[in-house]
Amino acid sequence: MKRKSGDVIVFNVIGYLVIIVLALLCILPVVLILSGSLSDNAAIMIHGYSLLPQEFSLEAYRMIFKHPEEIAGAYRVTILITVCGTFLQLAICSMAGYVLSRRNFAYRSRFSFYFFFTTIFSAGLVPWYILCVQYFHFKEHPYLALVLPSLFSYFYVIIFRSFMSEIPDALAESAKMDGANEFVIFLRIILPLCKPVLATIGLFSALHYWNDWYNAMLFSTKRANYPLQYYLYTVINAANALSNISASAGIIMDSLPTETYKLAMTVVATGPIVLVYPFVQKYFIKGMTIGAVKG
Amino acid sequence: MQKKKEKQEQKLKPRRPTLRSELKKNGILFCMLLPAVLYVLIFNYLPMPGMIVAFKNFNYGKGLFGSDWAGLKNFGYLFKTGAIWRVTKNTVVYNLLFIICDMVVQIAVAVFLSETLGRKFKKVSQTMLLLPYFISWVVAGAIVYNLLSTDYGLINHILTANGKEAVNFMNTPRYWPGLFVLFHVWKQLGYGSVVYLSAITGIDSEIYEAALADGANIFQRVFRITIPLLKPTVIVLLLLNVGNIIKGDFAMFYNLTGNSAMLMDVSDVIDTFVYRSMIQTQNFGMSAAAGMLQSFLGFGIVMTVNTIIRKVEPDYALF
Repeated sequence: MKRKSGDVIVFNVIGYLVIIVLALLCILPVVLILSGSLSDNAAIMIHGYSLLPQEFSLEAYRMIFKHPEEIAGAYRVTILITVCGTFLQLAICSMAGYVLSRRNFAYRSRFSFYFFFTTIFSAGLVPWYILCVQYFHFKEHPYLALVLPSLFSYFYVIIFRSFMSEIPDALAESAKMDGANEFVIFLRIILPLCKPVLATIGLFSALHYWNDWYNAMLFSTKRANYPLQYYLYTVINAANALSNISASAGIIMDSLPTETYKLAMTVVATGPIVLVYPFVQKYFIKGMTIGAVKG
Repeated sequence: MQKKKEKQEQKLKPRRPTLRSELKKNGILFCMLLPAVLYVLIFNYLPMPGMIVAFKNFNYGKGLFGSDWAGLKNFGYLFKTGAIWRVTKNTVVYNLLFIICDMVVQIAVAVFLSETLGRKFKKVSQTMLLLPYFISWVVAGAIVYNLLSTDYGLINHILTANGKEAVNFMNTPRYWPGLFVLFHVWKQLGYGSVVYLSAITGIDSEIYEAALADGANIFQRVFRITIPLLKPTVIVLLLLNVGNIIKGDFAMFYNLTGNSAMLMDVSDVIDTFVYRSMIQTQNFGMSAAAGMLQSFLGFGIVMTVNTIIRKVEPDYALF
């Protein structure tokens, strides 16, 4: 081992300091929420939020799980749209990516332009909204309204295309010799080789659906159809929540909704992601780096 | 790139295949592309004729095409009230600030991560830095409330404990430009540093060894080798961002401020303005007009930037 020279030591010290401070800043706000949710509500009213729980109490969680119907319903909606949305998005985008990667497909560049143009020019929110509400009646079909709007992404198609065009043609050719058609080749030969990309894009897609609240805000009319994040949004913005919760029958709480209740709801809605992402982040990191190079 | 390939293909083939022969030969491929084509047709191209709503007094009952024409009234209103200037300025200025601040912090973190740190430390800190990326803006809005609320917020808690007066952040516009930048950097830090870190690991290690042999210290190696060699990555990311410079991050501005009316002057971007005029004041014509200006301006910016780049550095052209 070489002896570390002065400049390297200085650089190391600065580096460690900067990274530690920034990394703490990234997780402290989340710690703040967690400890707030485990605090006693009265203590927060007096002392405000802090990084450690004040007068540890599970009252807020007890309150949520006393009437779990709403949060369970929101979970059901979110899981359903996440699973369906991710699956359909993977199917549509991987097929499109495969077709655009085939060199024997003469209309490749024309279709690429057809997709690409929509990424540089769009009609804007209003015409799209009118189309969805007045002509497709999204407000009466809550699940369609939550799944359809973000089903297609040309960016994902490009990632599939560039990954698939690196698979040697010989593989597809030999299968063709054996009489397999293009779809069979795609399903049996290409897709199995694309497992890492499928995992990466699938996770990005799942994260998007899980965190989506915008489409619900635009189209969801009934509280029973709210996905998790939008449900959380209404709880956090107390004024909304106040009117909504007291309006829905059967749920009676003495004070609506307390500070700790909001925080506990945030923890319940975000928990799964925070617990899962450290284990799957390598797939995300792969996706982030592909995206930057080939986007 | 693509054009070149296409040209080669044309040279190889004697005749351009007709649509019919292509359909016959590659029918299955067409079928596989069909869902994507239909989706884009319905949700991206079909709304385009609907842009005429910007020239109409939209009325739900009469529908899109039945509503009365309003001429340029909707646009006139946008310019007369000055709303369009305010939201466009906010959108562009914030995006420029985000691009610059994000980049500086992300590159710094990537350089530190690549140069100095042990494997374990690198992994743990990267996981921590990525956490905000996985959290929705709704939750970030809750975090803002926890930190800044006047009655219970952590910051005001610390201020008052030290005998200072509490600050009413939610009603004080001047704090917000800084807060938006801070939260944007916070949310994007993990993602961006991953991208730059992978670019840095791609740099040929022989260059560093040669520099070391010549007696360059670590600061010289960083500023003379690493950062100049990040130029291509920086340019690619810049170009991708320039295309979006006219698009405001709706989720962020809406959630962090809780759509607070007191903060409109500093928090209203085109996207929040369009949404609010449409949903809250039901002014479809005016919000469509603002959206239309945004679309054409964005398109113009992308085309201009791309044309310039094709002349200066053709390798970086987007298309």
